Amino acid sequence: MTLDYKGATEKYEPTLGLEVHVELNTNSKMFCSCATEFGASPNTQTCPVCLGLPGALPVVNGKAIESTILIGLALNCSIAPYSRFARKNYFYPDMPKNFQTSQYDEPICVDGYLDVEIETEDGPKTFRVDIERVHMEEDTGKSLHVGGATGRIHGAEYSLLDYNRAGIPLVEIVTRIIPGTGKYAPQVARAYVTQLRDILRSLGVSDVKMEQGSLRCDANVSLAPIGSGLLGTRSETKNVNSLRSVERALTGEIERQANRLEAGERIIQETRHFLEESGLTRPGRSKEQAEDYRYFPEPDLVPVTPDAKWIEELRAKLPENPADRRKRLQKEWNVPDSEMTSLINAELVDVVEETIKLGAEPTRARTWWLGEISRLANEKEVAPTSLITTTFVAEIIALISSGDLTDKLARQVVEGVVNGEGSPAEVIEKRGLKVVSDDSALMVAIEAAIAAQPDTAERIRGGNIPAAGALIGAVMKATGGQADAAKVRELLLRHLGQG
Amino acid sequence: MTNIHSTAAEMASALSKKEITSVELTKAHLDRIAEVDGKLHSFLHVDDEGALAQAAEVDAKRAKGEVLSPLAGVPIAVKDILAQKGIPTTAGSKILEGWRPPYDSTVVAKLKAAGVVILGKTNMDEFAMGSSTENSAYGPTQNPWDLTRTPGGSSGGSAAAVAGFEAPLAIGTDTGGSIRQPAALTGIVGVKPTYGGVSRYGVIAYSSSLDQVGPFGRTVLDTALLHEVIAGHDERDSTSINAPVPQVVAASKRLDVKGMKIGVIKELSGSGFQAGVSARINESIELLVAAGAEIVEVSCPNFEYALAAYYLIAPSEASSNLARFDSMRYGLRVGDDGTKGAEEVMSATREVGFGKEVKRRIILGTYALSSGYYDAYYGSAQKVRTLVKRDFENAFAKADVLISPVTPTTAFKIGEKSNDPVAMYLSDIATIPVNMAGIGGMSLPVGLAEEDGLPVGLQIMAPLMQDDRFYRVGGTLEAALLSKWGKPILSNAPDLAVKK
Repeated sequence: MTLDYKGATEKYEPTLGLEVHVELNTNSKMFCSCATEFGASPNTQTCPVCLGLPGALPVVNGKAIESTILIGLALNCSIAPYSRFARKNYFYPDMPKNFQTSQYDEPICVDGYLDVEIETEDGPKTFRVDIERVHMEEDTGKSLHVGGATGRIHGAEYSLLDYNRAGIPLVEIVTRIIPGTGKYAPQVARAYVTQLRDILRSLGVSDVKMEQGSLRCDANVSLAPIGSGLLGTRSETKNVNSLRSVERALTGEIERQANRLEAGERIIQETRHFLEESGLTRPGRSKEQAEDYRYFPEPDLVPVTPDAKWIEELRAKLPENPADRRKRLQKEWNVPDSEMTSLINAELVDVVEETIKLGAEPTRARTWWLGEISRLANEKEVAPTSLITTTFVAEIIALISSGDLTDKLARQVVEGVVNGEGSPAEVIEKRGLKVVSDDSALMVAIEAAIAAQPDTAERIRGGNIPAAGALIGAVMKATGGQADAAKVRELLLRHLGQG
Repeated sequence: MTNIHSTAAEMASALSKKEITSVELTKAHLDRIAEVDGKLHSFLHVDDEGALAQAAEVDAKRAKGEVLSPLAGVPIAVKDILAQKGIPTTAGSKILEGWRPPYDSTVVAKLKAAGVVILGKTNMDEFAMGSSTENSAYGPTQNPWDLTRTPGGSSGGSAAAVAGFEAPLAIGTDTGGSIRQPAALTGIVGVKPTYGGVSRYGVIAYSSSLDQVGPFGRTVLDTALLHEVIAGHDERDSTSINAPVPQVVAASKRLDVKGMKIGVIKELSGSGFQAGVSARINESIELLVAAGAEIVEVSCPNFEYALAAYYLIAPSEASSNLARFDSMRYGLRVGDDGTKGAEEVMSATREVGFGKEVKRRIILGTYALSSGYYDAYYGSAQKVRTLVKRDFENAFAKADVLISPVTPTTAFKIGEKSNDPVAMYLSDIATIPVNMAGIGGMSLPVGLAEEDGLPVGLQIMAPLMQDDRFYRVGGTLEAALLSKWGKPILSNAPDLAVKK
């Protein structure tokens, strides 16, 4: 009998461990001045240093150190007053020096934590994820193994190497083991990576694009019988390229391990590759025999000794924690969870906040971004924020609030701005979209409507107020929709003795 | 009349007075190389064309009245471990055969910018691992004093070129004595500057925390002139010192040591040193006293562990530094017949491409860094390094400079020690502590050993970034010796050209 996920987690307790690699978005590489642009032609962003040519020496990118310290501070870490780089020695063709310059026993940030909140059956629950270390290293090049069945180096006909990525600054964020998550392990992992991504984005230190590899997560998990107090053998799942995959990969891996244990088999300590299509993992490199990387302090680089004053300056620059900020904004805007979730998922929190800061009425700011602008963005398959600036949205909302635009007219203004017809003012001018508020002009239209429908006018005079709708509709039609319906109603009713 | 036997300072002066052109001077040296290098094998690559073009450029600039660097137009030989754009650079290894760097090392760039004419690349022990130049994959270099003997190493080619009048100046590197020891064995001046004093960018790394580039010359002043051309902060080398270069040219011209305290290291004198070596050192001490210096004895008890610690640290770093030679991107590739995997090709290439001593040190270093052994070997060696530094600090509290012999013996025979690595390692016993502590040291020729008529070198050491001190003492002693001998020490060496 095979166990499903529910069965697996009723019997076994998962213990998580997460390693996240973040590519920093510095303009130059970790140890040389080569560009770091994604997607450039192979081997065009290289120099003697990142190609590891004989004689070349590394020099640390100060910006990368600053970014790493910011990450450490945002994750509540201590910043080491003295840390060193170390060489991790192993042979692989995409690693130009056959060692990776990394950090080993003297990382730059240690002992932090991140509180992550997930939805459980009993409501929201917070898990504290302890961060063991945050350290700097350089990325390797990329290999493309051509021919052969597996796409791996063994059995390939030949391999292509691209060293553009070699030397890109990487930050590795390693958690301590995360016990006690029970069946929520996959959710906790996803929430952790999500929150981490949001923090990194708010710090502006990385593009955090999982699909481009600028944020990569290795998910470790082990199982032990519930209540045993034991720690099982872990597997490490790589190639997890989206937030959803983090959750899927762990769910699948917990099921797989549980079923192996049920069948009396042992778990092999190994790396596993996540397969996006099936949600399963396939075995990779065995880690049964611990590899000896012969770490030793990098003699070509002087120790990193950040000034305490500088660290405090960086701490003072830290942006508000994105999760806290969301809670604060939700309260300030007084919106229900569902709408806040929609805003977050649509990545519209920032623009809404900015639009409000520019003077827009909060409800309108949310409705316009989430409604009309998102609808147009969907049609065009682009991000809403690429269509229109917050300044223009704030201007349009101000005109609605002042009664100069109706919602209907405002939609036309947005459309005009999106189509590149200019600023809201220019679109209004060109399209002639101003609300008709001149009473005498409206009165002409109202009298025309009364003349056209004398019976209706009589019923209104007789006290049948709802009948006014038909005449208001006629006036609106006659003015091309540019009249303020409320104003029309007011004038009409007064004119017919019902004001 | 300026000729190849002149000093670099004399050549520079004649050039600036337009008594000779750089092209003439360069040609004279290229002719000398053609004449004697068959015997010496100082050079792995002679760049006639490039040297003459560079010389012509300097001459043209001088003709136009441009302000030139003091050594502009003077030729030089460069150890084959420094990258020079477009010029074969092998580090004495088969594994780099045919590699032409796409960039200049900082030192080569500085030489070019100063108009110093690069004649070619000199022979060396493979990856600077050795003390005799016998570990070169391209055959040994012979000592100009006696062709059956080694010129020392690893910068043996550079030393032999200067001692054999193939070049007035040369660049070497010194990881455990590789400049000072060959200078001593060939009767010339060699300096290992303070670690970080000269950029290592573009110098093929042997042991990164110990390697240092330095100058060779036939006189203290020549060496100082070259020192000032190559020294200085380099933002491409994170370990390079960001401070003004010590005024070594001025120091070498001072000719005065009155009131200076000179420490004689107890552990580096007496037993274990060849009698003729000790005699010349003692004679130098007397000359320094006569010149007004005060002699004090200092003790450095931890030096006895320095050699053992060196042979853990240097191979450890080397095992990692040499990992990049894997045939994937440059240099030799062996066995790539389309049937073998990358790992097999890497392995086959390294098997063929590396020599015995290099393999020995890679294996030694790999072992010393292995988990479970790291603390006992690499870790302990680092502690010894701290103790050696402390010994120097204590000694420099009592003395301005320290002195010792450079080597236990004069030049040994080719083949004499090549099958006994430990005996070979011992020839660096007096020079290694300097590298361990990162300080600078000079090897100064102080005469010939009576028993074999071969040159003896005195080592003068100074605290970190006080390199000017050994130039001051060296310059003063050199003048005293010269007035005693009446002629330069190298005039006692056989004339290689006659024996053609």
